[in-house]
Amino acid sequence: MNTKVTPALVPYDDAVARYEPTLGLEVHVELGTASKMFCGCPTAFGAPANTQVCPVCLALPGSLPVVNATAVESTIRMGLALNCTIVENCRFARKNYFYPDMPKDYQISQYDEPIAIDGYLDVEVPTSDGVETVRVEIERVHMEEDTGKLTHTGGATGRIHGADYSLVDYNRAGIPLVEIVTKIVPGTGALAPEVGKAYVSQLRDLMRSLGVSDVRMEQGSLRCDANVSLAPPDGPLGTRSETKNVNSLRSVERALRYEIRRQAAVLDAGEKVKQETRHFNEDDGSTSPGRSKEEAEDYRYFPEPDLMPVSAQPEWVEELRATLPELPAAHRKRLQSEWGISDFDMQSVINAGALELVEATVAAGVSQAAARKWWMGELAREANDRGVGLSELPVTIDHIVRVEDLISSGALNDKLARKVFEGILAGEGDADEVVAGRKLELVSDDGALLAAIDEAIANMPEVVAKIQSGKQQAAGAIIGAVMKATKGQADAGRVRALLLERLPAEG
Amino acid sequence: MTADITRLSAATLAAELAGKQMSSVEATQACLDRIAEVDPQLHAFLYVDAEGALATAASVDRRRDAGEELPALAGVPIALKDVMAMRGVPTTVGSKILENWRPPYDATVVSRLREVGLPVLGKTNMDEFAMGSSTEYSAYGPTRNPWDHDRIPGGSGGGSAAAVAGFEAPLAIGTDTGGSIRQPAAVTGTVGVKPTYGAVSRYGLVALASSLDQAGPCARSVMDAALLHEVIAGHDPRDSTSLPGPVPDVVKAARTADVRGLKVGLVKELNGPGYQAGVRQRFSEVVELLTALGADVREVSCPNFTYALGAYYLILPSEASSNLARFDGMRYGIRLGDDGEANVEEVMARTREGGFGPEVKRRIMLGTYALSSGYYDEFYGQAQKVRTLVQRDFAAAFADCDVLISPTCPTTAFPIGEKVDDPLAMYLNDIATIPVNLAGNGALSMPIGLAPEDGLPVGLQVIAPPRLDDRLYNVGAAVEAALEDRWGHPLIEEAPQ
Amino acid sequence: MADLTREQVAHLAQLARLDLSPDELDHYNEQLNVILAAVAQVGEVAARDVPATSHPIVMTNVFRPDEVRPGLSREDALSGAPAAQDDRFRVPRILEEEPS
Repeated sequence: MNTKVTPALVPYDDAVARYEPTLGLEVHVELGTASKMFCGCPTAFGAPANTQVCPVCLALPGSLPVVNATAVESTIRMGLALNCTIVENCRFARKNYFYPDMPKDYQISQYDEPIAIDGYLDVEVPTSDGVETVRVEIERVHMEEDTGKLTHTGGATGRIHGADYSLVDYNRAGIPLVEIVTKIVPGTGALAPEVGKAYVSQLRDLMRSLGVSDVRMEQGSLRCDANVSLAPPDGPLGTRSETKNVNSLRSVERALRYEIRRQAAVLDAGEKVKQETRHFNEDDGSTSPGRSKEEAEDYRYFPEPDLMPVSAQPEWVEELRATLPELPAAHRKRLQSEWGISDFDMQSVINAGALELVEATVAAGVSQAAARKWWMGELAREANDRGVGLSELPVTIDHIVRVEDLISSGALNDKLARKVFEGILAGEGDADEVVAGRKLELVSDDGALLAAIDEAIANMPEVVAKIQSGKQQAAGAIIGAVMKATKGQADAGRVRALLLERLPAEG
Repeated sequence: MTADITRLSAATLAAELAGKQMSSVEATQACLDRIAEVDPQLHAFLYVDAEGALATAASVDRRRDAGEELPALAGVPIALKDVMAMRGVPTTVGSKILENWRPPYDATVVSRLREVGLPVLGKTNMDEFAMGSSTEYSAYGPTRNPWDHDRIPGGSGGGSAAAVAGFEAPLAIGTDTGGSIRQPAAVTGTVGVKPTYGAVSRYGLVALASSLDQAGPCARSVMDAALLHEVIAGHDPRDSTSLPGPVPDVVKAARTADVRGLKVGLVKELNGPGYQAGVRQRFSEVVELLTALGADVREVSCPNFTYALGAYYLILPSEASSNLARFDGMRYGIRLGDDGEANVEEVMARTREGGFGPEVKRRIMLGTYALSSGYYDEFYGQAQKVRTLVQRDFAAAFADCDVLISPTCPTTAFPIGEKVDDPLAMYLNDIATIPVNLAGNGALSMPIGLAPEDGLPVGLQVIAPPRLDDRLYNVGAAVEAALEDRWGHPLIEEAPQ
Repeated sequence: MADLTREQVAHLAQLARLDLSPDELDHYNEQLNVILAAVAQVGEVAARDVPATSHPIVMTNVFRPDEVRPGLSREDALSGAPAAQDDRFRVPRILEEEPS
C-alpha cells in the first residue's frame, strides 16, 4: 500500500510571516582518498559490483580495520578550514544497528569524541538587494565509513516499499565519510532556504579547494540532510523534521521551502510537528514521511576496541594548517580587489557561476572587463536558454582569447565579435573558422574605405561644411553612412581617421 | 614406530627433521594416524585436513632435500583452533551459524604457519565463539579430557589442549580471552601461553572480545611453546592493536631457565578457600620449589581483582554483542527462515536464533543490555574503570616483583555436564585467569602435578609484566625442569592411553 | 538494582535480532537477573575519578598509508553468500529504512 496524502501547504510568505524557521544541516562528504577508510580497497565510482571488496570491508569473520592516514589528515584540514578546534585526543566508536548494507552491522564512527568541534563558515547569501553574510556555526566534524549500495528488486517502483528482495553491492562500503554537523542556525527568517543552499554550495567549494573530495552531489559524494523547525516569534524551538539525502543545491532550497510551508500548515491547524525523517521528491519538490523517530534508536555506542585513539598533536595540526590553500572566501576577496570591481558586480559573477571561468580567462591574458562582458553577457544568456552550465557551452577560454586578439588587432569589432560567438555556439568551428566562414573580417583596405567616404562626402555637403567649420562631432553621420555601406565590416576608428585626413578643419 | 613419533616433543621432532632422521610426511602421517585412532573418542578435531597437511609436509621435505635452510619448526605438524580463518578450510568457530563456511583468506597466524611450513592437521573443537570454559558449548558436541573421558578438557580451547594432551599433535594454536588457553592447559596437564595483548596478530581470529582476545601456543613443554611463540608473534600492520617492536627472545629465555634472585609475587587474591585442596597443595609445593631454586617469593595483594570477574562479564559480552552482529545470514554462513515472505529483519532474527547456541545468546543479551542507553555508565563504563584499577594493581605488584604466580584455576577438570546449565558456576572457573586479560599482560600455565584427591592435573599460572613474555618462559622452564627431575619424566607421560 | 522485566528482555532480543521463543524469554530473564546480580559488584567500587580503560595497551595514531591493496576476487567475495544474484548479495525484502 502506498497511498500518498498531500498535506496542506501555507503560502511561503505567510509561513515565514507567522513562524521563525530554525535550520540545521548535516552534510556527508565522501573523501577522495585512493583507498577506503579501513582497508586497501579502491574507491573508484562505478566499478562492477563487488569488485572493490576485501575481508575487511565485507566484514568477514576475523578481519580488522586499520585507519587510512590520509583520511585523518583530510578531516583535520577540513576542520581547520571550517575554523574548528581540532581535538587533541579523539577516538572511534561503534554505532550498532542492523542493516543489510552495513556489513559489520555496526558502523565505525565517532561519538562523544569527534576530531573537530566548534567552528563556523561565513556564508554569503545573495538577496534581492545584494549579499548578506550569515555565520553558520559548526558543531562537529567527524570521521566514519560509508555503507554498501542496495538495489530494490521486484515490485513496481524499484523503491524500498513493495520490493520483493534487494541486492547488495559492497563496493561503496567502507569509503571514508566525513560528517559535518552545524549547530542550529536561528534568525534567518524568510532567507532560510537560501541560507541552506548557500551553505551547502560554499561548503562544497571549500571541500573542492581543499582537494579532499570531488564533492559531486549527483554521484553522492556530497549528501545533505536538511533539518528545519518552526516556532512562533520569541517562542521556544519547535520540533524539527529531517529531510534526508537532498542531492542537489536546488533541492536543498526546495526541500526547506516545502518543509516550512508544510510545518506552518501543521502548526496553523493546532497540531504538532512529528519528529521524523522525510524524503525529498525531486519530481514535485515535496517531502514525504520516512522513518518515525518516536521509538528512539538505541545505537549502543562504545569505544571501538579494534582501533587506537587518534592524537592530533599541535605540531601535526600546524603542519596540516600550512597545507591549506587559499580558501574560497579569501580567494573571492582577493580577485575582487585585483579586478577592482564592486560587491554587486562580484556577486553577479558568483551568482552566474562564472567565477572560475572569468578567473581562468583573465589568467589567459584577457582583461577582467572583457572576460566578464563575454561570460556574463551573450554566453550566460545562451547557457540559460539551453538550461546548461556555462562550462558546458561549446565556447572555451581559448575562443575568448582569440576573439579578443582579433579585436585588439583591429580585425574585429564588438559587433562582429558577437557574431563570431554566435557561430561558435552554432557549431561552425573555432573563431577563425567562423570569421572566414561568415566573412566577418573588418574592411581594412583603405582604398575601399576611401571610396565609400568619398561617396558619403558627395551625398552630405551640409555635414562636410560642419566638419570643416571645426565641428568634428558631426563626423558621426558620415562614419555611420560608411559603416552602413560596408555592412558593418569597417573599423569605425579607421574610418574616422581617414575622414578627418580628407576634410581637415579650415582655419 | 608411528606411535613413538607422536610422543616426541616439537623440539625433538624439529631436530630429527632437520637431521633428516625423519621426514615431515612421516611425522604428519603419524599424527593423522593417531587422530584416526583416538579422535573418535576425544573429539578434539572438528575437521581434519589430511590432504592439506600432507601437501605442506611433502613441500617442506622437498625443500629440505633440495638443501634449503628452513626455520626450526618447518615440517612439525600443528592443530589450529577453529577460531582462526584458514583459506578454503571450514572455519566454524564451534557454531552452527558458520557451518561449512570456508574463508577466502588466511589469518595472519595461519600465514606465518604457512611461511614457516608447519603442516596444519585440522581445526580443533571449541566452545561456540570461544564462550565457555569446558568446550561443552560447541555446536558440534563436547571434547573429552584425555586424562578422564568423562571430564571436560577446559575451554574454550578444549580441542587444542586435548589434541596436544592426547598426542594427536605436538603443537596447537589457541586463543585466550579470559583463560581459554591457560585453563584448558591446566586441566589437561599441558603448557599454554597467552602472550601480551598485541604480541600475536588478531587478524583472522574471529573476534569474541576485541580488547581481550589473544592467540598463543599450546604444547607439551615450555620449550615447545616458546618455539611456536617465536613463529606466531610479531608486528602485523593489519591489526591496529598489534605491538610494534621486536619480540622478546622467548626461546633463549626457555633455555636459560634460571630463577635465582628472581622476585616472585604470590597473588593473595588468586588463592584461598575457594580453591580445591589438591590445587592449593600442589601450588604451595611449587612455591617451596621456587624458593629452593633461589627465587625470592613474597605475597602481594591486588585488592581490585575481586571485581575483575564482574568487569570481565560486562566487557566481554558488550564487545561480543557487537562483534557477533555481523552473523546475520546475509553475506556468509547459514540463513534460516527465508521463505520468500519474511522480511530481512525477520530472517536475520531467525538465523541468529537458530544459528547461535544458548550461551552465545545469553552473552549477546547481556552485552546488549550493558551497552544500552541509560545503563552504559552503570555497567560498561564502570567495568572499564575497574579495568583501570586492575591494571594499577598489577603495576603496583610489578613494582616489587619480576613475575606473579597463582594456581591457573580453582579446580581440576570437572565432569562433563556438571556446570553446563549454571552459567555463574562456569564463569567462576576463570577467576584466576581473567585479571590478566583485563590488563593485557602475558601469562603461562604449566602442569605442576596431579591433585591427590582426583589424580587430575593442576596448573601453575605465571604472569609477567606487559611485553616481557620472555620471563614466562624462563620461570616456566625452570619449574618444569625441576619438577621433571623429581618425577623422572614429563607429567603428560602419566596420562592414561 | 531492579531486576530485568520480561518486557525488557524481549526488547533486548529485538535489539539483538534474536527471535527468542516465549520459553527462552522466561529462561533468559531468570538467568540474566542472576548474572547481573553477580556482575553488579563492579558498582561497589568507588571509581568516580578513575579513567576508563578501553584498550589494555594503548598506542595512538596507528594508521596505514593511503594505498590500494589487492582485495578479493568477486567469486571469493560472493563464495559464502547464502544467496546471490547479478554479482550481488541477495537479501530478503527490507521494510524499514536505514536509521540515521
